[in-house]
Amino acid sequence: MPSRRRGEPGSGGASAEGERELLSAADLARTVARVAHEIIERTTPDGGSAPVVLLGLPTRGTYLARRLAERITEITGAVVPTGTLDPTLYRDDLRLRPTRALAETELPPGGIDDAVVVLVDDVLFSGRTVRAALDALRDHGRPRAVQLAVLIDRGHRELPIRADYVGKNVPTNRSEDVAVRMTEVDGEDGVSLR
Amino acid sequence: MTGATDTGIGLRHLLSTEGLRREQAEALLDTAAGMEQALTGRAVRKLPTLRGRTVVTLFYENSTRTRVSFEVAGKWMSADTINVSASASSVSKGESLRDTAATLGAAGADCLIVRHPASGAPHRIAAWLDRVGHSHLGREGHVAVVNAGDGTHEHPTQALLDAATLRARLGQVEGTHVTIVGDILHSRVARSNAHLLATLGARVTLVAPPTLLPVGVGDWPVTVSHDLDATLATGPDAVMMLRVQAERMHGGFFPSAREYAIRFGLSQDRADRLPDHAVVLHPGPAVRGMEIASSVADSSRAAIAEQVTAGVHVRMAVLYHLLAGEDVA
Repeated sequence: MPSRRRGEPGSGGASAEGERELLSAADLARTVARVAHEIIERTTPDGGSAPVVLLGLPTRGTYLARRLAERITEITGAVVPTGTLDPTLYRDDLRLRPTRALAETELPPGGIDDAVVVLVDDVLFSGRTVRAALDALRDHGRPRAVQLAVLIDRGHRELPIRADYVGKNVPTNRSEDVAVRMTEVDGEDGVSLR
Repeated sequence: MTGATDTGIGLRHLLSTEGLRREQAEALLDTAAGMEQALTGRAVRKLPTLRGRTVVTLFYENSTRTRVSFEVAGKWMSADTINVSASASSVSKGESLRDTAATLGAAGADCLIVRHPASGAPHRIAAWLDRVGHSHLGREGHVAVVNAGDGTHEHPTQALLDAATLRARLGQVEGTHVTIVGDILHSRVARSNAHLLATLGARVTLVAPPTLLPVGVGDWPVTVSHDLDATLATGPDAVMMLRVQAERMHGGFFPSAREYAIRFGLSQDRADRLPDHAVVLHPGPAVRGMEIASSVADSSRAAIAEQVTAGVHVRMAVLYHLLAGEDVA
């Protein structure tokens, strides 16, 4: 990943020097709820029937996708298939750094053909991870449409890619890190900038 | 996934499992599992990961499964794979191993997969290529060497695929008891497995007639037995049967094939005495009726086909860690 996270588990909070809290745990929960509503609005225009699949990009995108799916189910009662898609093997910067470990890839049993696939990631930065994910997606099937949901859009795009759903737009300096913390991996929820 | 980090695993060549660190071995196995996941249930079994990289298999001995497995692994990751066999190359005109390797490096190979009847040949090639360096070869980047079987020394990717198969069947390798039976003396598979499985925390027992055990086996991280029935009675989690390598035998290592089969073959009766969960492995090619009964090789205990499938994923993982990232200094 680009230097957009580096969040050490449990090191959150606004106490550290030069660190700014962007979202508290409560903010993050509200943001997820809002994006869930937006996804429902945008993917069921006429109460339409196109199946929606949420695919998270590891690690935290996977958990965000699951949380969004839970919210959508609470609101509509419909079960939303979720999965996780590791774009590592499709990255364009593999040769520029030591080899990375692979993360999990698991598509829902129903597949993605003819579904509206919403890719979910925590931070949108250069756009290169999303580009890799789009290529990976193409080898797994042919969705009816692909959309992108991110918790934080921090700018500095290097490719013509934009998100359909944004939790929060955060102007950043290139050298700063956006650290997203999620209970499932970090023991608590929150987002900070340092 | 555990084991590897974004700092890579520090692998330049893969020449042996002896000396492979546990975190390196586990990273390779994790990556192999990731490769399987990445390819499961999809229409297109092709990854762009090694686009523009060239993998050459240089085989001085016959092989079907290892060569095909490496070739498939490379192709599924979009590498250009080229096969060179000694009989159909300048080797038959008298070219030395060193010159052949240097030629392939200069011609643009990023990775040489080497099988050779002489123990240590891949090590020599790796050392030569590292020493002559980039300027002499007229290219950027180093040439990675993978040992695909050298004499009676090592066959590291075979051991890795065996470990991957055990992980899939038993859940883990750590704490398991693995018995390796047969021609240990001539088996690079046994040596690679003994070291790798011990590194991964398994208990390894070798079972063979005294004439088929190498000198120095006392230094291996294993226990040795000459009695198959006594070892099977201890309830091993996995039994690996080795082929009796007639082509490497010059002289009488045992009285007769029939006696060998009776004392050291995995008959149906012996297989029935194994614990229910126990796995039977064979690196292939198997000689049915000699070291393994046909009914055992075809039973659900046997993981022989799974081993072949795991072989492709493990070799993808090896090529990934050697070729996908930046060069390891």
